[in-house]
Amino acid sequence: MSKVSRVEPPALPPQGVSVRTRRWRRVRRLAALPIAALVLAGCNDHVPTKDGIPTFGAQPGATTSSHSVFDLWQGFTVGALIVGFLTTFLIVWAVVRYRRKGDNIPKQSQYHLPLEFTYTIIPVLIVLGLFAATLVVENKEVANPKTAVTIDVNAFQWGWKFTYPGQNVVVVGQTTQDPEMVMPVNENVHINLTSSDVIHGFYIHAFNFSRYALPGVLNQFTFRAVNLGTYDGQCTQLCGLYHSLMWFRVKVVSDSDYSAWLKSNANSAAATAAAKATNQQTSSIVPTKPTIGNS
Amino acid sequence: MTDVLDPPAVVEHHDEHHEEHGPTGILKWLTSTDHKVIGMSYTVTSVVMLIIGGSFAEIIRAQLSTPNNSLVSLAQYNELFTMHGSVMIYLFMGPFAFGALANIIVPIQIGAPDMAFPRLNALSYWLYLTGSITMLSGFFVAGGAANFGWVAYAPLSNSVNTPGAGADLWIGGLLLTGFSAIFTGVNLTATIFYLRAPGMTMFRMPIFTWNLLITAILILLAFPVLTAGLIMLYCDRHFGTHIFSVAGGGVPVLWQNIFWFWGHPEVYILALPVFGMVTEIIAVFSRKPVFGYKGMIFATITIGALSLGVWAHHMFTTGTVLLPFFSIMSLLIAVPTGIKMFNWIVTMWRGEVWFSTAMLMALGFLFTFLVGGITGIYLASPPLDFFTHDTYFVVAHFHSVVMALLMGAMGALYYWGPKITGYLLNERIGKAQFWFLFLGTQVFTFPMYILGLWGMPRRVGIYPNHPSWQDLNDVATVGAIMIGISSALFLINIVYSWKKYPAGDNPWDGHTLEWFTTSPPPHHNFYRLPQIRSERPTWDYNHPGHSAAAHGHAAEALIEREPTPQ
Repeated sequence: MSKVSRVEPPALPPQGVSVRTRRWRRVRRLAALPIAALVLAGCNDHVPTKDGIPTFGAQPGATTSSHSVFDLWQGFTVGALIVGFLTTFLIVWAVVRYRRKGDNIPKQSQYHLPLEFTYTIIPVLIVLGLFAATLVVENKEVANPKTAVTIDVNAFQWGWKFTYPGQNVVVVGQTTQDPEMVMPVNENVHINLTSSDVIHGFYIHAFNFSRYALPGVLNQFTFRAVNLGTYDGQCTQLCGLYHSLMWFRVKVVSDSDYSAWLKSNANSAAATAAAKATNQQTSSIVPTKPTIGNS
Repeated sequence: MTDVLDPPAVVEHHDEHHEEHGPTGILKWLTSTDHKVIGMSYTVTSVVMLIIGGSFAEIIRAQLSTPNNSLVSLAQYNELFTMHGSVMIYLFMGPFAFGALANIIVPIQIGAPDMAFPRLNALSYWLYLTGSITMLSGFFVAGGAANFGWVAYAPLSNSVNTPGAGADLWIGGLLLTGFSAIFTGVNLTATIFYLRAPGMTMFRMPIFTWNLLITAILILLAFPVLTAGLIMLYCDRHFGTHIFSVAGGGVPVLWQNIFWFWGHPEVYILALPVFGMVTEIIAVFSRKPVFGYKGMIFATITIGALSLGVWAHHMFTTGTVLLPFFSIMSLLIAVPTGIKMFNWIVTMWRGEVWFSTAMLMALGFLFTFLVGGITGIYLASPPLDFFTHDTYFVVAHFHSVVMALLMGAMGALYYWGPKITGYLLNERIGKAQFWFLFLGTQVFTFPMYILGLWGMPRRVGIYPNHPSWQDLNDVATVGAIMIGISSALFLINIVYSWKKYPAGDNPWDGHTLEWFTTSPPPHHNFYRLPQIRSERPTWDYNHPGHSAAAHGHAAEALIEREPTPQ
């Protein structure tokens, strides 16, 4: 038969006032560091900002929708930082202010309905606000406006094929040679995304956008690039051995450069051959093994 | 068994049937149906899995410390991160959350002598162990272990793209551990509904038990779907079906729907038990009742219900799901989770917060889970998900979440370990372990958030020579090393503290029934039980006159019982 042990209070460190004051000062000093760093970072000219708000590591990007996604990102992040810092402050305050000082039993309060109600309603309102902002940006992003240019993007293990229908232009590239998707600036470009084998991720960092290339599914979306430049793209969905090497580039050029590029790359024989290759899955597109990452 | 009379508060029993009969030593471990022995087997096995999965993580971080690294080949890298994720999710966190501590603590918390089906319980453990060995044995077959990611997306996981026995062993291992989980779910549900001690009404059950009940129900709803999906995948691989392949008229995205219909509830199957552990720890080490006890339970039920309707937020970028529905459902989970967060904070408010290792781990959980929860809100918004999907931002997000869960789990080991073994762990080493784990986690995850924003995709074994990417990866690797040190400290602590600090029955001034019995508890758990008149029977017994009070009521006014003389 056992005995229920009456509770022995745990040993506490010496309760000297000076010790505690010193410790308290150290806590305050430590707590001041990150706050000071943040304030300094806010005042620093080197912190990238847009519309007076820090970019928080993201970038507005090169398309119209990447700008709205970026605005949404900024809004979410400002909210997240406010909620995050407030909650962290409450946690730190509770544990510092109410750290164990003796052996008394605190008041055993368990319910406070108005308080509980408050912190149920406020998150609901925040969530509805975030959802509304999400809907606005999402509807812009998934809209299918009238387009002048269409590019068929086909992903395969392990490369990309960009077909310009009606132009006799096909660009194919594999792990050893990244293909380049050329598109005109300030023009709605319609993308038809497919996959020949497994699932791939069509991700262009500068466009703040990704979409799966799924076998048997045609995914369609529209880009409207606003900045000239060459941007990196990569497969983001694990697709087998050389997933790490499945890069491509997107080159946004002026309208006249685009027409010139189309003309100089038109090759009907090659286009027909490449089109056939897609239909036969990957049989005719055998990836060359890259030198790095031996298997 | 144990009965309760009222009054007197305590009934004593001297029956011989409390004495344990049968084999001892290794044979006892092999043949036992005692929930505590099975729970210990679960605990030891899952901690071994944690170490195996953690060592894979250290190799992964070493590989990523320099661009174009050739420490491991791309093929080996794919196996490593696949098995890291699989071991951590399927073989460590799940079995630890609903197998190990649930098995030991839930029956004691509700005053039961054992689980409802002790032999089924033993079967669960042995299925888990054999499943784990099956999955890991993939490393020893030709072609290596599974390498299609822990989510095994079709058609990458079919027999053309992933031939070899490693993938089959992965499927087989997961089927076995899946059945183990289902049986545990059955057992927990039956135990909690039918074996509660007299006086232990549903709304007097400790939060940990409540959370395990909801977890068990989620297991019963979600795991059979995974099991079915795995059988379909196996048929596709070997019996010529075309369920997930386009060539035969199948639908690859169907696998994702099946997988995530299990996979998202699974997140809460892992998290809810840890929420329960943290709730108990925070209340005990603040010397206060759980604030908003009933609100806490309704929040858990809400999370469980919502978690069944959010799976497609993993599939926003497939372009095949209804975005606004899954977006609002996912965002709404923030509400009950927020309620829990504030309940935890208010529980500490005006308490007497004692910084034991268990409490520090729980506080580390609060902060890390806050970070993981807030970044999860971004991913519930489809445009922001398009922007960060399958980049390191996602990796950082779910590592914040699971590292928070690991902290909660470690806290639970420090909190309940003395009850199971009878001995305390060293607090000084424990606190060092906490700081390495907590700081290491932040050093590890924060660079990964930025890497994701800068465009680094996940699951890449090599990345281009990009100086800023390398710097951030190096910082993350330092964090991973710190986490590795914390795990080493945990093992060192077990060896160092081995049978050194006897715990006594109630070292933390606990609230719930497990602190009323001996450490370790006897066969069938109790010699006697206190009156159960709230969710804190042990506290009520030890501190008459300090029962929980509603707002505005003096605690003393609600209690009239005299202290019971011993």
